[in-house]
Amino acid sequence: MTTQRIGIEVSRAIAIAAKLANVDVVSAYPITPQTHIVEDIAELVADGELDAAYIPVESEHSAMSACLGASAVGARTFTATAGQGLELMHEVLYIASSMRLPVVMTVANRALSAPLSIWCDHSDVMAVRDTGWIQIFAANGQETFDNVLCAFRIAEDQRVLLPVMIHLDGFYLTHMVEPIYVPEQSKVDKFLPPYEYPLPLDPNKPITMGAFAPPNIYTETKKAQQANLTAAKEVILQCWREFGNFFGRYYSPVEGYRCEKAKVLLLVMGSLSETAMSAIDTLRDEGKEVGLIKLRLWRPFPFDEIRRAVRDAEVLIILDRALSFGGPAGPVCSEIRSALYNEDKKPKVISFVGGLGGRDISPDGFKEIINRGIEISQTGSEQEFEMFGVRE
Amino acid sequence: MTKPEGELTWKDLEIGSIITEPGNASQYQTGGWRTQRRIYDTNRCIKCGICYIFCPEGCIEQTAEGYFDANLFYCKGCGICARECWPQAITMVEEEE
Ligand code: SF4
Ligand code: SF4
Repeated sequence: MTTQRIGIEVSRAIAIAAKLANVDVVSAYPITPQTHIVEDIAELVADGELDAAYIPVESEHSAMSACLGASAVGARTFTATAGQGLELMHEVLYIASSMRLPVVMTVANRALSAPLSIWCDHSDVMAVRDTGWIQIFAANGQETFDNVLCAFRIAEDQRVLLPVMIHLDGFYLTHMVEPIYVPEQSKVDKFLPPYEYPLPLDPNKPITMGAFAPPNIYTETKKAQQANLTAAKEVILQCWREFGNFFGRYYSPVEGYRCEKAKVLLLVMGSLSETAMSAIDTLRDEGKEVGLIKLRLWRPFPFDEIRRAVRDAEVLIILDRALSFGGPAGPVCSEIRSALYNEDKKPKVISFVGGLGGRDISPDGFKEIINRGIEISQTGSEQEFEMFGVRE
Repeated sequence: MTKPEGELTWKDLEIGSIITEPGNASQYQTGGWRTQRRIYDTNRCIKCGICYIFCPEGCIEQTAEGYFDANLFYCKGCGICARECWPQAITMVEEEE
């Protein structure tokens, strides 16, 4: 089998990526809009096409706990979840990262209840922002597929040994049929070396994981974790370079689209960036100097890349797909503002929150956001941030 | 662990703060948490071992004479042994007394 480009639902492509990565253990609990991913993997295992243990569990808390155990004995481990499921595994997420267990998880981004919504936004993601996982946002199906493969290599790198979340927008990506390049197994095998955990659970060599740390040592453990996650960026960059050399598609923490001489920049994470590109094209055709920044690497946060990408702009408009209730802006905007605050040369930063609970933003919507952002940069706004598209 | 815990720097830690020395929890003096200390009257003790079974800290051991004494390095002073010992061979007193 050679590299083929096939029309396939992105969730199904993720299952194929897990199979190509030859995962050993998958433990998951089905939840909309993640279901097709785990259903397909369960089927691949049941049909004998993937030699892995599929552990069905009674909750996401147990799913992540089972993944920890599997990863700790040295098994390549994968799971997927969404929305409330991600929240239910919340406390175990911290344990995966602080015990340095390289679990890979795809998150089908979904709004949080109440009111109940199965549709996409980033409120689930933002609630797990500080769990110590490497977090990558995909903008389309191919990016998702490629980054699932990269995720295993990054997570299991001996310099990293951290869990990785690949975020893909629920329905917008999970249920979209896209043409996706699927590489041949032999090439993936060369790209992805076997997983070897340096200190696995082994009855012949007893160790204690996740032990108790009194105040005289806890700070040191957290410093080690912080240093480790920050240093992972180099390995991520290296992995993306290598991936490009292998498969011809290159990724970067921050990607610009038509940013040449742009006075106004729009910054978006996830699948909305594809729609935003159309809006930028139209505005460019109208002679406006606007560009788009896609933020792909969310953790570790790419400070240098962001600062460089926006330095020459006058206005930076950031659209968040999540609210920080009572806070200063959307979460992405807050972080970027704080990353820029001490810079001498920086754009005015304008915050919008929109696309909540699956509300679409069309190319015209993005044009509106950009025009309103420019207006706010000149006249100011009475609000810390504006919610786009809300009926007043 | 080569250095005492309180002297380790963040660079000295194993990945994920894994502990590679089995049983090193025994170095931790849980007796330091105690606010009450047990007084053990061997004259009342019938050597039944109930206290040994109930002690959540596992710090009660049988002596050569068959009595059940607690290791105060680990005894947290919870008083469960005193409560369970029906011949009332154990009483709890305030630590400062
Ligand atoms: S429970 Fe009381 S009587 Fe029984 S062994 Fe312990 S101290 Fe002695
Ligand atoms: S006081 Fe509590 S910890 Fe101490 S010996 Fe009795 S049961 Fe064990």
